[in-house]
Amino acid sequence: MKKAILFSVLLLTLSPPAFAAGEMPAQHAHEQAELPKQHWPHKGIFGTYDKAALQRGFQVYKEVCSACHAMKFLSYRNLEDLGYTPDQVKAVAAQDAVTDGPNDDGEMFERPALPSDHFKPPFKNDKAARAANNGALPPDMSLLVKAREGGEDYIFGVLTGFEDAPAGLEMQPGMNYNKYFPGRQIAMAKPLADGQVTTSDGTAASLEQAARDVTQFLAWASEPRLEQRKQTGVKVILFLLAFAGIMYGAKRKIWSKLH
Amino acid sequence: MAGSAKTEKFDNKTIQWINDRLPIFSMMDNEYGKFPTPRNFNYFWNFGAIAMAMLGIMIVTGVFLAMNYVPHGSMAFESVERMSRDVNYGWLLRYTHMNGGSFFFIAVYIHIFRGLFYGSYKKPRELVWIFGVVIMLLMMATAFMGYALPWSQMSGWGVTVITSLFSAVPLVGDGLVTWLWGGFSIDSPTLNRFYALHFLLPFIICAVVFVHVWALHVTGSNNPTGVEPKSEKDTIPFSPYYTTKDSFGTVVFLTVFMAMVFFAPLLLTEPDHFRQFDPMQTPSHIVPEWYFLPFYAILRAFTLDISIPFTHIVLLSAKLQGVLAMFGSILLLLFLPWIDTSPVRSARYRPVYKWCLLLLVLAMVALGYAGAKPPEGAAVWFGRAGTFYYFLHFFVIVPWLGKHEKTLPLPKSIHEEVED
Repeated sequence: MKKAILFSVLLLTLSPPAFAAGEMPAQHAHEQAELPKQHWPHKGIFGTYDKAALQRGFQVYKEVCSACHAMKFLSYRNLEDLGYTPDQVKAVAAQDAVTDGPNDDGEMFERPALPSDHFKPPFKNDKAARAANNGALPPDMSLLVKAREGGEDYIFGVLTGFEDAPAGLEMQPGMNYNKYFPGRQIAMAKPLADGQVTTSDGTAASLEQAARDVTQFLAWASEPRLEQRKQTGVKVILFLLAFAGIMYGAKRKIWSKLH
Repeated sequence: MAGSAKTEKFDNKTIQWINDRLPIFSMMDNEYGKFPTPRNFNYFWNFGAIAMAMLGIMIVTGVFLAMNYVPHGSMAFESVERMSRDVNYGWLLRYTHMNGGSFFFIAVYIHIFRGLFYGSYKKPRELVWIFGVVIMLLMMATAFMGYALPWSQMSGWGVTVITSLFSAVPLVGDGLVTWLWGGFSIDSPTLNRFYALHFLLPFIICAVVFVHVWALHVTGSNNPTGVEPKSEKDTIPFSPYYTTKDSFGTVVFLTVFMAMVFFAPLLLTEPDHFRQFDPMQTPSHIVPEWYFLPFYAILRAFTLDISIPFTHIVLLSAKLQGVLAMFGSILLLLFLPWIDTSPVRSARYRPVYKWCLLLLVLAMVALGYAGAKPPEGAAVWFGRAGTFYYFLHFFVIVPWLGKHEKTLPLPKSIHEEVED
């Protein structure tokens, strides 16, 4: 039956092959370089965030990334997870002015941000962001680590992967060469350089250090409940293993009456 | 059931009072207490109970998620993200529900394999099997609609690919798609109806599960020998024997499930699930959830239009062939009790069928691989070979074996087999 159908298909078909249902355009060949695997302290069953790195990473975000990239799912209060005190968070928030209102006169007004406010976005809307960035839209970074193939390694790779374009590669106007970015041409100019960010202890961070720190900060931002999840998980699994053991014993005891 | 209710005696007066008016305690005792069950179940028989536990977990987590979810095109993605950050244990609800879908399918696929291997679909259990297939179809519809709700790139584009299949229906196809979408593109109206149906269907599944179990309790369970119980020596009461065995199996399954939820919740999730749906930007590679991959590969295995020779009149487009094959691959299971005419149920005593069934599993794995990859190179051939074997198995091999297979001698009874 099946063979007959296949045979008739071969006989009947003279029209050019059509695309199968649901078929998508073939992927471009992976012309970008393979991402090197990095060690991240928050990976693994017992891995936790390195709070010092998160704080340094937040500083990199604030001084560099936040000029173009919003983080709409974060509020200032979330920074307490990084080890900042409530007063420190209040001070960080107060550096930004946000629009509130309308007041009793029906007017919008500016006020210093509170810990309960969301991070202030750098642009009013996507169109304003594109207008300021040569038509490119800097993606929101609150989920970036989870939303990119390769996760942390990818973010770190892109931050450290800027190079001069190899001879013979025709670059689009306004684009920059990055060996780890899909297609190798990225709209973002090289954001970090050696010594660009001075950390709170007064040392100038190398490019690699700053990239590593901000990547960890972004990993935290995309999965802020990671530590709670793993800690709860250990207890749940221990409980279930013990429960399974008890149930196995009960089952054995009851079934032993049968024979 | 009702007739015997009056004669039941319970020590507790309240229970007695209720039972005289609504014999629910008698029913539980008859169906889950002393219910005579073959004594020789292996651990494959756990998966019915496990699937039931998963259905319960999905409904409970789903209801709590619904309390925090906003079914609107511009807010859905954000509401899901907010609940995993700011709702107490919202992350746990979300990851449990998200991975729960996968583990529900794992349990149900093993349950179905059990049915295929031991011939549980055969007379007199045809209706048990048919209701089971209906449950699987409802689960697939529910899972597909649930996948849409986070309104991510994968959600929106998955909906685009699958709903567009209906455009293959001759004449009314395009109108049908517009009707399904509730508009001329995928937008809030689409999301809203998917949400309503995603909430409704699990309760319909519950109802069909009830009928599935009811029909099962009329015929009684099959067992690894496929030989019906003949005397009291062949059966044991469901409780405490199978209540304890099912509980143990369920806890083991939950341990694996929870290990995934807590330590690798995103193992099966594509990064595009964390980007908000953008109808103007197609992701480079759209894949459904793993449990749909084999069927997705069947859909894509057909690439040639069937036309009238020397004209450009297409009789059956490749797309329509794929759609028919995909739905057909599941709907044919409804007829399996009549496709398989072998008098022997269990594959233990069917030396050829056993290997053919293993080949079917391999074909499903090949199809799963083909469904996960872009349609090029080896994946195309895996898809075609898998599709070919899938239909060959059910349309040719199984009917042929029913007539010609030389089966092994069956044990005289269950207890004889157990005591060997």
